[in-house]
Amino acid sequence: MLTSTTTRADARALDGRRARRTAETASLGWKLLLLKITVLGLLNAASVYAAMVLFFNERWLIGTLVVVTGALITWIYFQRGALPAKYLAPGVTFLLIFQVFVILYSGYVAFTNYGTGHNSTKEHAIHAIMLQTQDRVPDSPTYPLTVVERSGELAFAVTAQEGEVLVGSADAPLEAIDGALVEEGRIVDVPGHTVLSFTELMERQQELSTLAVPLDEDPNAGALRTQDGQRAYVYTSRFVYDESSDTMTNTESGETYTDGGEGAFVTESGEQLMPGWRVNVGLDNFVRAITEESIRGPLLYVTAWTFAFAFLSVASTFVLGLFLAIVFNDPRMRSRRYYRLVMILPYAFPGFLSALVWAGMMNQEFGFINSVLFGGAAIPWLSDPWLAKLSILIVNLWLGFPYMFLVCTGALQSIPEELTEAAQMDGARPFQAFRQIKFPLLLVSIAPLLISSFAFNFNNFNLVYMLTGGGPRDIEAGINVGSTDILISMVYKVAFVGAQSDYGLASAFSILIFFIVGTISVIAFRRTRALEELN
Amino acid sequence: MGESQPQRTSMSGRSFRRWFVQIGWRHLVGLAVVVFAAFPLVYVFSASLNPGGTLITANTLFGNLSLQSYVDLFNRPQQPFAAWYLNTLFIGFTASAGSVLLGALAAYAFSRMRFTGRRLGLIGIVLVQMFPQLLAMVAIFLLMLSIGEIFPAIGLNSQIGLIMVYLGGALGVNTYLMYGFFNTIPTSIDEAARIDGAGHARIFFTIILPLVSPILAVVALLSLVATLSEFVIASVLLRDPEKQTLAVGLYQFISQETSQNWSVFAAGAVLAAIIPVVLFLALQRYIVSGLVAGSVK
Repeated sequence: MLTSTTTRADARALDGRRARRTAETASLGWKLLLLKITVLGLLNAASVYAAMVLFFNERWLIGTLVVVTGALITWIYFQRGALPAKYLAPGVTFLLIFQVFVILYSGYVAFTNYGTGHNSTKEHAIHAIMLQTQDRVPDSPTYPLTVVERSGELAFAVTAQEGEVLVGSADAPLEAIDGALVEEGRIVDVPGHTVLSFTELMERQQELSTLAVPLDEDPNAGALRTQDGQRAYVYTSRFVYDESSDTMTNTESGETYTDGGEGAFVTESGEQLMPGWRVNVGLDNFVRAITEESIRGPLLYVTAWTFAFAFLSVASTFVLGLFLAIVFNDPRMRSRRYYRLVMILPYAFPGFLSALVWAGMMNQEFGFINSVLFGGAAIPWLSDPWLAKLSILIVNLWLGFPYMFLVCTGALQSIPEELTEAAQMDGARPFQAFRQIKFPLLLVSIAPLLISSFAFNFNNFNLVYMLTGGGPRDIEAGINVGSTDILISMVYKVAFVGAQSDYGLASAFSILIFFIVGTISVIAFRRTRALEELN
Repeated sequence: MGESQPQRTSMSGRSFRRWFVQIGWRHLVGLAVVVFAAFPLVYVFSASLNPGGTLITANTLFGNLSLQSYVDLFNRPQQPFAAWYLNTLFIGFTASAGSVLLGALAAYAFSRMRFTGRRLGLIGIVLVQMFPQLLAMVAIFLLMLSIGEIFPAIGLNSQIGLIMVYLGGALGVNTYLMYGFFNTIPTSIDEAARIDGAGHARIFFTIILPLVSPILAVVALLSLVATLSEFVIASVLLRDPEKQTLAVGLYQFISQETSQNWSVFAAGAVLAAIIPVVLFLALQRYIVSGLVAGSVK
């Protein structure tokens, strides 16, 4: 009797628990569904909005892609199957845009002359040339002007001879507008725009003085400019663009510039008119990198130094790390924990800061190393080509040995001690036992990490750029490059440092690095057979 | 060394020599390494306490003690250090949390589900990861430039845009690391939960994620530290001083003023390093075991 009661009570309790759990699951499921609908709703709203803006700006291809992606994601999450896709979609979306696409896009840019002076379309270039060379037309009419603003952008509102109100901005030529309010010959209200007050005019004086509003779609018609924000005058360019022959003519000197097919107008004598525009130049960038002496030379020694640096970095940090791991792997040694704590510090300290701090310590005149350690010597740690290379290796040793120490310690501890003991029983000396038995085993487990460390140092931008800036600079090179630059810092400097940016050439270098990295990776993976472990 | 003192006195010369040959020299090596490892950090800490100091005054270690540089650091309108700090934390924590979430979702799919293209997907991720995003910096800049022309909120000079770029690298090494860890959790746990009526989302969020939290912590920390130090993409994308990160801001600060305000820079460096160093030391055990797990795979 007793037992059956307990069973019944148990069963009831079990039922209750199950019911509670089911209710819980159901309520969680309901909340998840709500969350899902909200998130997807927001996502869809965003993608519809984005697509509309894109279509409005005539970016048809990208707009369509946005719509398709939005629909695809909605479909993935609103059907019962396709479970893996539900988990992979978010990461893969970002991966495709910001990693796969940009790599392909690098490939495209490498085939263009994109860079300073070649940033935009031919139409923009023609406008820009004409804007830069404008003079006021003598005896041209004066327009009473009101400066207005629309979403942060300045625009001109002027009254034409016939009394109608015209509005235009830098990108939009003057056009008649209805509904503007004119009081005593001054425009005081323009629909869709805000009229700037006097103080606002003063604040944006700089912007105002460079603003030129085209009179017409035809760039030769000239543009309106102002000095005081009250009156506008007609300015025309010294250059005349002839659409039928596709030439620019300087009306003062009479010289004619034709489209040379390389993204700029040129005279017969080869004089270029800047800015130019973006065109495909085929393999030009690669050809330049390989044939032009002032680029090929630096490219070759930068590549050689990149390999040397990556190899020496791995070798030096590994040797020191392994040595320390062996030294500290003796259980009889006390306070090992404290030593380890201090040793990890360089690894924990942010890398870019380490390089900047070391750059200060290695300063030739005032740095700690010269002033204190070497008693006022003037050793050019960072400005002599070879010493700068040595400095980079020293700082990298400081940065990298803790990591190697940690992984070597881990690997050493996972190798059974009996192996060494057995070898010593057989008469091997400690060092011999280590070299013949432990070291090969250690290498097996450490090898993949050495390879990834090599790959990391191959692109160790922060260290090089923060410590030496790639310098000392090579004056003879045709590009901004120095004797400690590695490939990645060279790409950065060609693209983003200094007055001249050459995105095309920088991308061509990137593509060359892709090939180098790819080849090394394939060989490395063949060797370690890491891919075969995937199952 | 100190603790060996009492032993040494009780030992005869010969046994000291034996002790030294076996253990003692290790302490000498240890001391040398401690000096090498800690010196630059001690130096920068000392420089930060030296008010109004330049490189040359920083050479007298702890010659002058004051917190003035830390005060100055926050009163420089041209170098908004406080804004850099907050930006760095915001970007770092958001990108790191996002990376962990995206990576964990993918790792779960690869570890628990069998679908066509799974092996290819895993290999693909490893392959794509061999080409660091860094190499495509020009293309990333141009992409964000053209996005910014239409959607300024996520284009050039936008922190959200920068975080999105970082999330592009969320899969890859992280997923691979987590995938290995997910595989060590027995599938019978999932199955038991499924029999109890839990859906896949519930299993993932309430059962699996807590079980794999050690690896999530490691990946979060590693990607946080990586984001905090990231210079290239941040310097290319973030233009306004108010929007920049510590790495970009402090580099420009030091490169513009060279040795003029060394102590203010040092104060900035100390503050910038506090969070990663503290996190690192606190989570040391996990990181080391994570690295070691990686090394003896």
